[in-house]
Amino acid sequence: MTQVPCAADRRAVLMGAVSLAALPWTAFAARADANADGDLALRAAIREAVGDRQAVDGGIALRAPALAENGGQVPISVLVDTPQTPADHAVAIHIFATRNPTPGVASFRLTEKLGRAEVQTRIRLAQEQTVIVLAQMNDGRVLRAAADVRVTTGGCLT
Amino acid sequence: MSRPLSLPRIRAPRAAKPGEIVEIRTLIEHPMETGLRSEAGKLVARDMLTRMIVRANGETLIDAEFRNGTSANPYHVFFMRIEATTELEIVWTDDVGRSVKGNARILV
Repeated sequence: MTQVPCAADRRAVLMGAVSLAALPWTAFAARADANADGDLALRAAIREAVGDRQAVDGGIALRAPALAENGGQVPISVLVDTPQTPADHAVAIHIFATRNPTPGVASFRLTEKLGRAEVQTRIRLAQEQTVIVLAQMNDGRVLRAAADVRVTTGGCLT
Repeated sequence: MSRPLSLPRIRAPRAAKPGEIVEIRTLIEHPMETGLRSEAGKLVARDMLTRMIVRANGETLIDAEFRNGTSANPYHVFFMRIEATTELEIVWTDDVGRSVKGNARILV
């Protein structure tokens, strides 16, 4: 097992629990479990943010690097395609890191007074994964965008 | 943990034309420790900014909630439409309830 300086994620912890004697098969099983676990956490985080509302792809310009050298500082830029007026505006932007121990990264609640539904932040990514952004609109629609980010050095998350 | 929160830096234009959308950049030094990370076999205590609220002339424009994934030294950029002279106030709060405030004024 490779050394994990900041106990990168549950998967690493699980694989550690399987110990040095871990055969590829056991490791694979642990990995599958961790993934299922991660997906559950992701679904819970999404449900907490937007409820059971079905998200529609598009309407968001999501900028993220295809390759992040440092998983501890990954620049993310989200611009929702809306005039951000009282009649048509984004009420929230949610950022999810699908393979982080805590998939729900941040939520930004916005008002139409901003005039532009754009937020730029820097986030931690524990490993290579997909970043998902959801935007809740004032009419109840939920927009979705996703970007795959490869990570050279994990973000010391856990 | 016992160290006071560091003062944030806010970069905003000094003046704007009515209706102009201006860029605001913010940076605050903070370790953003999740409490899950260990160093030399010992857990590092949690120390996390969990909220950032942006107000313009007393009215909330952005209410942000950070969980474990925001980088150390949180850096945020956002935009706002300026109609009149604006007193900008941004407050960061950590999860033990301490907060620190930054201000800027944009003249019209």
